[in-house]
Amino acid sequence: MFDLYTRRRIINLASLSISVLTMAFGLFWLGWILWTLLANGLPHLHLSVFSQTTPPPGSTGGLINAIFGSVMMTGLGVLIGTPIGILAGTYLAEFGQRGWLAPLTRFINDVLLSAPSIVIGMFVYEVYVVKVGHFAGWGGTLALAIIVIPVVIRTTENMLRLVPNSLREAAAALGAPQWKIINFVTLRAARAGILTGVLLAVARVSGETAPLLFTALNNQFYSNMNQPMANLPVVIFQFAMSPYDDWQNLAWAGALLITASVLTLNILARVLFRQQTTHH
Amino acid sequence: MPTFLQEASHKRQALLDVLFRNLTRLAAFGVLALLVAIIGSLIVGSMPAIHAYGFGFITSSQWNPVTDQFGAWIPIVGTLVTSGIALLIAIPVSFGIAIFLTELSPRWMRRPLGIAVELLAGIPSIIYGMWGLFVFAPLFGDHVEPWLNDHIGTWPLLGPFFSGPPMGIGILTASIILSIMVIPFIASVMRDVFDVVPAMLKESAYGLGATTWEVMRNVVLPYTKIGVVGGIMLGLGRALGETMAVTFVIGNAHELNQSLLMPGNSISSALANEFTEAVGELYTSSLIELGLILFFITFVVLSLARLMLYKLAQGEGRGA
Repeated sequence: MFDLYTRRRIINLASLSISVLTMAFGLFWLGWILWTLLANGLPHLHLSVFSQTTPPPGSTGGLINAIFGSVMMTGLGVLIGTPIGILAGTYLAEFGQRGWLAPLTRFINDVLLSAPSIVIGMFVYEVYVVKVGHFAGWGGTLALAIIVIPVVIRTTENMLRLVPNSLREAAAALGAPQWKIINFVTLRAARAGILTGVLLAVARVSGETAPLLFTALNNQFYSNMNQPMANLPVVIFQFAMSPYDDWQNLAWAGALLITASVLTLNILARVLFRQQTTHH
Repeated sequence: MPTFLQEASHKRQALLDVLFRNLTRLAAFGVLALLVAIIGSLIVGSMPAIHAYGFGFITSSQWNPVTDQFGAWIPIVGTLVTSGIALLIAIPVSFGIAIFLTELSPRWMRRPLGIAVELLAGIPSIIYGMWGLFVFAPLFGDHVEPWLNDHIGTWPLLGPFFSGPPMGIGILTASIILSIMVIPFIASVMRDVFDVVPAMLKESAYGLGATTWEVMRNVVLPYTKIGVVGGIMLGLGRALGETMAVTFVIGNAHELNQSLLMPGNSISSALANEFTEAVGELYTSSLIELGLILFFITFVVLSLARLMLYKLAQGEGRGA
């Protein structure tokens, strides 16, 4: 029907148009979800959301205890997970040339990076919640810390590998011992990249729901870390699944809050990283 | 400086070196210990169920907390089916997006579009769940599922899969939402591996008069085959373990239906719904064994994915 050239041109045009369509398809969902969040969340984002605790059904209230709990658990989880992650990542990048430990750790870490977070929640339930006998904020913190570690390890190793060897050699030639070279030269040179990794880890865990369901659970009031602790994701889950209108409205407000902060962190991390790396 | 002081300082530095090296090694070892601890605690937790049901746990489709009869077959099938359908949708779409980002897009649009795709991955899964339950499922049930019923539902072979009450929530809805969630993961791995193809290979093909599609299909894809499959497996690993989004829309019914429009259950959604409310040792322990099965499946899939991606990274620069 067509000659060879026309046919090839048509196939090319068709497949490239489909490629453009798939890109539009991907952006379409992003747009739709963000629009839904704005349309449903913005009208319910009153000042009371930030000043009152979660209400019983049928009365007004806010999310402040859940926001507080999320910030506490995310903050402490990142604070615990980051140093471990940086140390392990340093081992992989700086000492991992020989032996079996580094390749195995690298592999296991890459697997843990995408392991289902609900299983992490079950693990912490088994080793912590069952032992202390009740759900608690510390359990949630522990679960989030475990999720933070692989993210920080991966970025720390990648960033340290980008540091040119000549820097290490220059420091060694001046007589610096290895611990000083790593702490004061290479880690410092990779600082921006590692910070990006930490920001991405914060973004990753602040939306995690499944591991908190089995560890921190929920609380209608403010609580200390040794009690079940309210947190945004679990509150959103429970309120969204409830039949009460005002609970669902609060869930939308919370959903908007959490998405806005996660996406801001994501963009911030990328912008920051780009700025720092183009300066060199 | 007197020599004995110098020596003392040398010794101290050498000691600090050893300390620091072992501190980092301890942290790296901690990751391995963590994995062993996770697997160990899951095995210990599921011991009562393993003793009670043995191997039959996996193949039994019973799930009755009242009579203490538990079997994993329905959630396992639900997990595999939803992830499988999600991949069927996500693979071609991700391939298209990766082609667009590497070959078609104007240079200034690449970065913003790449970030937009990654933002899709950044949206927490509970948000997908809420959006799916309140926005997507009703529309899907009102407009798409009746159409599927009327058109594909009457076909001889595929028909039974697409006929049933158009309720909005169910296996198919969960699969579609899962596919949206894994598209960014697969697409960004594909984009990254397409970028490692040496420009010379592509330019040679263009120089011989190949069209863009022919270059992608016959040069880039064969060169990056292992990496592409690795990216797909990575997406599969994500889909298998995805919890909250699925929990919202799958319907959480412990039943096995031929129709994809009917509600079902997946391992992760069964865990999210029942774990905190489970009473009795056997019930809890059966749920933990479900978790163990899920961890095992995702571990195998993710390991294969990583091995393939490593293999591609090793071959880099060595030519096809």
